[in-house]
Amino acid sequence: MRNPLSDKVIKMKPSGIRKFFDIVSEMPDAISLGVGEPDFDTPWNIREEGIYSLEKGRTFYTSNAGLLELREAICEYNERRFQLMYDPKKEVMLTVGGSEGIDVALRAMLNPGDEVIIPEPCYVSYLPCVQLADGVPVTISLKNENQFRLTKEELEAAITDKTKILVMAFPNNPTGAIMTREDLEAIAEVIIKHDLYVISDEIYAELTYSGNHVSIASLPGMRERTIVIGGFSKAFAMTGWRLGYAMGPAMIMEQMIKIHQFAIMCAPTTSQYAAIVAMRDCDKDVVHMREAYDQRRRYMLNAFKEMGLPCFEPKGAFYLFPDIREFGIPSEEFATGLLKAKKLAVVPGDAFGDCGEGFLRISYAYSLEELKTAVGRLAEFVEELRAEQ
Amino acid sequence: MKNIRTKILKLLENNSKMDTKDIAVVLGMDESVVINTIQDMEQEEIICGYNTIINWDKTDDERVTALIEVKVAPQRGEGFERVAERIYNYEEVTSLYLMSGGFDMTVFIEGKTMKEVAQFVARKLAPMEGVLSTSTHFVLKKYKENGTKLEQDKKDERLVVTA
Repeated sequence: MRNPLSDKVIKMKPSGIRKFFDIVSEMPDAISLGVGEPDFDTPWNIREEGIYSLEKGRTFYTSNAGLLELREAICEYNERRFQLMYDPKKEVMLTVGGSEGIDVALRAMLNPGDEVIIPEPCYVSYLPCVQLADGVPVTISLKNENQFRLTKEELEAAITDKTKILVMAFPNNPTGAIMTREDLEAIAEVIIKHDLYVISDEIYAELTYSGNHVSIASLPGMRERTIVIGGFSKAFAMTGWRLGYAMGPAMIMEQMIKIHQFAIMCAPTTSQYAAIVAMRDCDKDVVHMREAYDQRRRYMLNAFKEMGLPCFEPKGAFYLFPDIREFGIPSEEFATGLLKAKKLAVVPGDAFGDCGEGFLRISYAYSLEELKTAVGRLAEFVEELRAEQ
Repeated sequence: MKNIRTKILKLLENNSKMDTKDIAVVLGMDESVVINTIQDMEQEEIICGYNTIINWDKTDDERVTALIEVKVAPQRGEGFERVAERIYNYEEVTSLYLMSGGFDMTVFIEGKTMKEVAQFVARKLAPMEGVLSTSTHFVLKKYKENGTKLEQDKKDERLVVTA
């Protein structure tokens, strides 16, 4: 029989998260700081709207781009929150989570051999999606001493005459880093100079703890070269609804919708109806959740300070990225040791790119009580490890 | 200042057992400020007490709660205050509110049995000077109290490790 598989797919590395998940799954009594999704339930008024739409029998396909009413709500929301102006008819599409938006944007924009710059550590899907779209990923290793922000020098050094796209995500998973307006202005200059495009994954935009999030698309000259990826999963605690959106210039969106039309058809209808309420009627819920995350963030930072584990202050998302290089062992070995000795799961930093080696991703999407227990175990482990050495 | 007070109150409203060190850490302020602010609010009777939310149904104790709508004739010069005081001084009364609408006061009563509650209404509340009428409703089941769901059945169903 012929080999049924694609060489391209076989060459793709499996996700480092997946490998660690398999180990953790064999320890049912382990506790975890390893999740990448909110611990809150979706606000009830959103869920209620989803239920109502089902009661009404709204169970058909929507248009490929998504319900117009939702696209309008998304545009109003983005203007109100982030000063981003898009035409709901031509410049917005609903996707199956932010992930689909990234995939479709890359496929719509890349020709074979085009280079895509990916600052790491980052979410696990960018690099494989570039490869699947026949692009060539070029990674940048962001640095702890820069609070894992992308600098103009780092970007400049990675650019060749084949570079076409920069994929970046701030607030960042796994580091919690954000980019201020000044940080973004510095790199926007380089992007414009080299005529690059940006796919800006801003799924954590609402979870920013020092002032309001700034979108790179809101900077002069950037709107026409940026695809903004947004969504409902993080800020509205809607991960399981699988709904996100992409906004960008009509000329690119048109081609993205074409791919989406053939591959997906449309995003889930129930989720789309529910999301209208999220965009229009949930500011209070978002504030409430953001405050809770911010409190936990302070709690965790203080806990790391007390155990003497260096960690830069993350200003976004719901992760900390502590530095464990003092122990001189690989992140995976540390995480596996912690899991075996204290039944606590955290994600090794190198799951998010080689430069994450020597770090851990710690999620604080847990109640304060759970964090307390977990931090206690981590502190014990750190102390024992130090005593051994 | 008002902002600090509100932030502390919001935390204590959800968990009156939260210790001052944790409050200080999560709000990013000095513990001494937290302690002083709480003491001030206790003295000013902004914080009036620290109760516990108990699901008595899960204990062997027999408890009955009733909500009683009371119509009251306000007294000259004293309005509802005098009658309110007469009602709330009874130990059986757990909450008392002055209401807008079709009746004047809501009285929450707790007793060991329905009979005990009924007797309280018949002997103490209904005959009270100024009380015009009462309408007693017994609570059959408590689902939520002071913002807390009594039967949460809350398991973390998230996958333990996700990207």
